[in-house]
Amino acid sequence: MTVTVSALHDLAPGAVVDGFRLEKQFHKGGMAVIWEATRPDVKIPMVLKIPMIGEGDDAGAIVGFEMEQMIQPMVSGKHVPQFIGTGDITDLPYIAMEKIEGRTLEQIAKEMPLPPEEVARIGQKIALAVADLHRQHVIHFDLKPANILFRDGTGDAVFVDFGLSRHIKMPDLLTEEIRLPMGTAPYIAPEQVLRNRTDVRSDIFSLGAILYELATGQQPFGSPDTLRGLKWRIWADPPPPRVVNPNVPEWLQEVILRCLEVDLSKRYPNARLLAFDLGHPERVALTARAKKTKNAGFFKAWRRSKFKPIPASLTREAPREGINSAPILMAAVDVSPGHENLAQAVLEYVERILSTMPDSRLACVNVMKVAMISNDDGLDEHGRNIHLQQLAELKHWAHPLGRSADRITFHVLEASDPAQTIIGFARDNHVDHLVMGARGASAARRYLGSVSTQVVAEAPCSVTVVRLHGQRGDEE
Amino acid sequence: MTMRTALLSDIHGNREALAACLAHIDKSGVDRIMFLGDIIGYGADPEWCLNTVMKRCEQGAVALLGNHDEAALKPSEDMNGMARAAMDWTRTRLSPDHLKFIEERPILKEEGDVLYVHASAAAPHSWLYIQTPRDAENSLSFTTRRITVCGHVHVPRYFHALPAKPCESYTPTTGVPMPLLRQRRWVIVLGAVGQPRDGNPAAAYSVIDTAQGHVTLHRVPYNIEGAAQKIRAAGLPVALADRLFKGS
Repeated sequence: MTVTVSALHDLAPGAVVDGFRLEKQFHKGGMAVIWEATRPDVKIPMVLKIPMIGEGDDAGAIVGFEMEQMIQPMVSGKHVPQFIGTGDITDLPYIAMEKIEGRTLEQIAKEMPLPPEEVARIGQKIALAVADLHRQHVIHFDLKPANILFRDGTGDAVFVDFGLSRHIKMPDLLTEEIRLPMGTAPYIAPEQVLRNRTDVRSDIFSLGAILYELATGQQPFGSPDTLRGLKWRIWADPPPPRVVNPNVPEWLQEVILRCLEVDLSKRYPNARLLAFDLGHPERVALTARAKKTKNAGFFKAWRRSKFKPIPASLTREAPREGINSAPILMAAVDVSPGHENLAQAVLEYVERILSTMPDSRLACVNVMKVAMISNDDGLDEHGRNIHLQQLAELKHWAHPLGRSADRITFHVLEASDPAQTIIGFARDNHVDHLVMGARGASAARRYLGSVSTQVVAEAPCSVTVVRLHGQRGDEE
Repeated sequence: MTMRTALLSDIHGNREALAACLAHIDKSGVDRIMFLGDIIGYGADPEWCLNTVMKRCEQGAVALLGNHDEAALKPSEDMNGMARAAMDWTRTRLSPDHLKFIEERPILKEEGDVLYVHASAAAPHSWLYIQTPRDAENSLSFTTRRITVCGHVHVPRYFHALPAKPCESYTPTTGVPMPLLRQRRWVIVLGAVGQPRDGNPAAAYSVIDTAQGHVTLHRVPYNIEGAAQKIRAAGLPVALADRLFKGS
């Protein structure tokens, strides 16, 4: 016999809400209760999230639920639970969604500090998931170890709990009126404390606080429970990670402190670039952040709070293209002798793009075609020299761009299939735009398919193919 | 069960804009069309617009009365110079059938939890503009229906309020279905089909889905030059033609 549920206190195993059968209470939080549930037409494990809205001024609980109700159907993909349905608040409010089989970051990272490689690995997974969320126009605003799950099997990071999130194309329901906590104390960004809810970089800050904790075992700002305490992070720098844990390498300190920059313009512009750095530790450009050994003491921070104005960037609304700012540009170029003209044409094209998007990060890639790998160790002495020479050529090629070290990286890749290697690099590094040169058409190339044709067909991003004028029809 | 209703307001005699919107609607498919007033006034094609609306009403559409429609029956004191000039000209183009149709238009329609009206639920015949949260709160206080849909302002806007909380406003994003969250009351101010005033010259109409509980704003580009040319040719104030290009 099934009991149809119409009130919160009717919830019990076997009860039915809109055709969903409650099986077992899975979790009870401050504002909602989560039940494992089933419905004959739903083939994946799922849960029902039911807000606990009682008597009195429950605007906070209602708004949190409303935000989830608004945002969950608008996001999809492997980094969020699949949305199944939602129910009315006049009967019993609920959101039905996929149950994520996996553990939270809180559960995984019980033994902190973690080794740097582990921090980078976990951090990169989360950063890629954050980038995906931002691409779908949603800022999470409550990233913390309890809200991040890793799927069993794939290990992909999944976000749950969008109760504080904001969809850029929809109204922000969290207004001055609503007394909801605006974030979670150890991880909340300074501009968020000031109620600026427009910038994707707030999620970057939270991610930085998480990385700090994973790498050092400590929380960068503690866990203040007053508004005054929360505002402290506007003025106070956290102790440099390497001071707390000397095993933290410079590149990781650089990445963490760049996430935690109070000045928004100095923080990572987006999650993709953060993921890129976490995936390429050897290429992280080290600045003063990496070398920092001291932080502003209490007195200095207090003086700042008294005499310095609040940084303007914290209260400014984020630029409209914020979510798509600082794209990752990839230039796949052949720097071997005989192709200088084409390489120059690619360079000029790249320069033009960079002039319109100065924030971009440029990855210069040269693919060396190798017939096969000759021995288990990869490169022999001779091979290593070729590699170094190619790298030098690549850097030489890019030199006229005048890019600072933190905005450009160089990669010489060996592959038997250049097209697939280029495509793979673009995919793994979440490249936004790929520029490559194409040599003239020849009978052989037309028949077998040129590298550029394959890349254009299969690349996960926009591709610009640069040709020299008068090149078409040239036989080689 | 879906109940998708296309909402068209403030056509203002703009044939090109109305035709473009109807083509868009017919292609995407709705269950019903509702016209929320001001079919005529300002524009140079009042006859075609009225004929078209009348024909759609024979096929099940609903049309409400707007202040410019009412002015065709009796001149209004509240109109500015340009509006009055356009109305005087419009009146010369209308047939007795047109006037009879206008006479029969209801001022509002209530259905389910929605109230449809040209201007405001607060004193509908006063044609109040809903432009601020206060205006929206005022309108909401005059009805028990959860949702009010209106036009008249020519600038699309959503107003929403939790019980006993102040009204908040939001400028809708084109093409994004806005869930009409059930714990809130809503005032949906539609954009104008024939004379947008929000800086976007494209014709605006919306679709409300009362079963799924969301409303979506659509912008439809149309042949502005054609509509403007006709206004000039009719000898109507040139400003009425020029403003169509800017959407102001």
